[in-house]
Amino acid sequence: MGEKVALRVWRGDAGQGGLTDYRVEANEGEVVLDVLHRLQATEAGDLAVRWNCKAGKCGSCSMEINGRPRLACMTRMSLFPPDEPITITPLRTFPVIRDLVTDVSFNYAKARQIPSFTPDPAVRPGEFRMQQVDVQRSQEFRKCIECYLCQNVCHVIRDHPENERPFAGPRFLMRIAELEMHPADTADRREIAQDDFGLGYCNITKCCTEVCPESIKITDNALIPMKERVAGRRYDPLVWLGSKITRRPRGGHDTPAVPSKT
Amino acid sequence: MTDIERLPYDVVVVGAGGSGLRAAIEARLAGKKTAVISKSLFGKAHTVMAEGGCAAAMGNMNPNDNWMVHFRDTMRGGKFLNNWRMAELHAKEAPDRVWELEAWGALFDRTKDGKISQRNFGGHEYPRLAHVGDRTGLEMIRTLQQKVVALQQEDAKNLGDPEAMIKVFAETTITELMKDGDRIAGAFGYIRESGKFVLFEAPAVILATGGIGKTFKVTSNSWEYTGDGHALALLAGATLLNMEFVQFHPTHMVWPISVRGLLVTESVRGDGGVLRNSEGKRYMFNYVPDVFRAQYAETEEEADRWYDDPDHNRRPPELLPRDEVARANNAEVKAGRGSPHGGVFLDIASRRPAEEILRRLPSMYHQFKELADVDITKEPMEVGPAQHYVMGGVEVDPDTASSIVPGLFAAGEVSGGMHGSNRLGGNSLSDLLVFGRRAGMGAVDYVDSLGDARPKASDAELEAARAEALAPLERSGGENPYTVHSEVQQTMSDLVGIIRKEEEIKTALAELEKLRARAANVSAQGGPAYNPGWHLALDLRNIMLIADCVAQAALERQESRGGHTRDDFPAMSPEWRKVNLICTLDGDRVAIRRQQMTAMREDLLELFDRGELKKYYTEAELPPEETK
Repeated sequence: MGEKVALRVWRGDAGQGGLTDYRVEANEGEVVLDVLHRLQATEAGDLAVRWNCKAGKCGSCSMEINGRPRLACMTRMSLFPPDEPITITPLRTFPVIRDLVTDVSFNYAKARQIPSFTPDPAVRPGEFRMQQVDVQRSQEFRKCIECYLCQNVCHVIRDHPENERPFAGPRFLMRIAELEMHPADTADRREIAQDDFGLGYCNITKCCTEVCPESIKITDNALIPMKERVAGRRYDPLVWLGSKITRRPRGGHDTPAVPSKT
Repeated sequence: MTDIERLPYDVVVVGAGGSGLRAAIEARLAGKKTAVISKSLFGKAHTVMAEGGCAAAMGNMNPNDNWMVHFRDTMRGGKFLNNWRMAELHAKEAPDRVWELEAWGALFDRTKDGKISQRNFGGHEYPRLAHVGDRTGLEMIRTLQQKVVALQQEDAKNLGDPEAMIKVFAETTITELMKDGDRIAGAFGYIRESGKFVLFEAPAVILATGGIGKTFKVTSNSWEYTGDGHALALLAGATLLNMEFVQFHPTHMVWPISVRGLLVTESVRGDGGVLRNSEGKRYMFNYVPDVFRAQYAETEEEADRWYDDPDHNRRPPELLPRDEVARANNAEVKAGRGSPHGGVFLDIASRRPAEEILRRLPSMYHQFKELADVDITKEPMEVGPAQHYVMGGVEVDPDTASSIVPGLFAAGEVSGGMHGSNRLGGNSLSDLLVFGRRAGMGAVDYVDSLGDARPKASDAELEAARAEALAPLERSGGENPYTVHSEVQQTMSDLVGIIRKEEEIKTALAELEKLRARAANVSAQGGPAYNPGWHLALDLRNIMLIADCVAQAALERQESRGGHTRDDFPAMSPEWRKVNLICTLDGDRVAIRRQQMTAMREDLLELFDRGELKKYYTEAELPPEETK
């Protein structure tokens, strides 16, 4: 059987809480989630932890481990010195429900505001023809497991809840990029990316890319190219001139953002 | 009962994986007010774990493929115990369901001419699996999730409320179905975040709860897979079909211990990977059963030629159906030719260039690198079987997905029949789409047929459901639910696992009897808000019921077929092929009875050659000699 390790786990609910010390057995090859499960099974049956696949594929077990946003199922215990306590806290950007579980409904609300995939209605199912090289860019963004670690780490909202209204966060700016680069999509989301989803707030510090467990190059491949597209649409003199002398087939206006209750 | 929130709906879908979301979309498209109950957050369901792909005979890679070939492969994979009408509908409708996903925004990998690419998989004659690298399930669930959102956006625009017609109840669990006489009247459960109780008042409930993995110790399934839908169906008076058939997928990680059971996709073999024992021998050639002898290569040379020239060579035996490969892996380990950690070696490193492995199997590379320090482009993986899927499930009408209880429907893994005794890889994602849609249509038609006469749950029934749910929280001094659960899992894995025999199953049943009493007496510490211990205590009832069904059915079926291997009855029996085993609830005990299979429709039977049918059928069932 394995050695005991020291854990400092945040316990509490929306009202209040604090770190509780535990000593839990850990075995070779285990990840943080294994040790949390052992803690649940032995002395803290009601410890709230959100998890599902335990394989890094569903993005449920996001938490902060020694202050760094991580998936508990992909964080090996061997990463930490055995004689120092490991501090486990809930995601800081989102309100705590209980213990390590946070209310991530902000993300679902943002997802619902982005105009959905809009194919040409004349193309019937089965008739889409796309080249691998063209789908690849959006495919990278569709690897996203919606763990919201990028949303949690992004400094625009991490300590600035007032920015939650104008700023959608890296995950959803990337979703806009994904739709914009989708070869079969016909909508235009460049204006609203800037005006309604706050692309301009991003100052490319790449914290999102750094914590992404899927290694998606969020900043380089999604956010910066989106910024370039927005700039191209707004400030390119030829585009500006064109918009004054011809009526573009899309009418020159974006698909509007979808109104949301929240 | 003022503390129970009542929510009126037309259709309630329990489960938010592939089949649940597809069913809900269908019900909403037909104008029904639809609730989706998700045990986890929206978009996290077990479907995300599916790696390899979605089988559909689109014929993009090989024009010879069509629904008839797919139907034949499915029936062979299930050893002819499949509900043939389900297998027929599945094979015919799968391509439309895949194309529909593409129209909703899915981005599958492409062929050179811009169509959806398809990959080889065990038991499929042609490359048939639409895929996105090795994360196809994620693509499917995200696409369905985004389609639900798109529908909500329409409703926001037209009705002023995105949740007017379809609402997802995240982190909500159903513990009881409500009935009015013999008909469904709703579903009762709790909201995880607050512990508050809720009654969904609805005439139609679609079960889409997935499988039973948490009945076993080593499983690729997540915590949600506690057989909820199976148990809810039984408790509501529905029947379960062939619960003895449990799929042990042949390749999961075996080391480190903590990741034991983590799936290693069959795509590794589809893309050229081979299995070797400790002597370095490619042993699968020794395990080709007679029924498949004609379709599989006999030499390594022929098998290797097949990847480039499938029309003139036979398939590598590594691509036999999963039950065969799992048994072979098990046998090699038992014979002392296993890997250091009790598995076998799966080698793609020596077979394909590193770039190709990285491109085609990125999640597998990542998984082994991160969790086991193994670079799969340089060294073989250590793999072994683990519980992966259950073929048995709610007995349904193939066309409408209706159970025998009016108003109760089931689709996806929780339903039974489609896959017979063994499911082919890739047939699960397509099953979810085909029968998810059909369950949605079935529920809509049923609701329409009711008119205004809606069934209503009685207060007494509701009070009983609430009392049962609260019991583990109110009881003090009872046993720890985690302890009881882990003992059930150990018992099932040890005694009703991949290889079974009579004495062991009887021992398991006796153990389960004792565990049942202990499970009924567990107590959960803490309060009702987001309390995993309490939730497990409630799931235990379902786990116990399902373990009983699996063990009893395994004892009853005295033959070996697909996902049911009896050491004491090693042969497949044509007499048993005609028999379905049906589980029902008699009082609070599981009862089992035999039921004859319906004979296959003649035009479908004609798709097989008489010589092949002879291996499965009794003489009396075979078509006359001359018609072939």
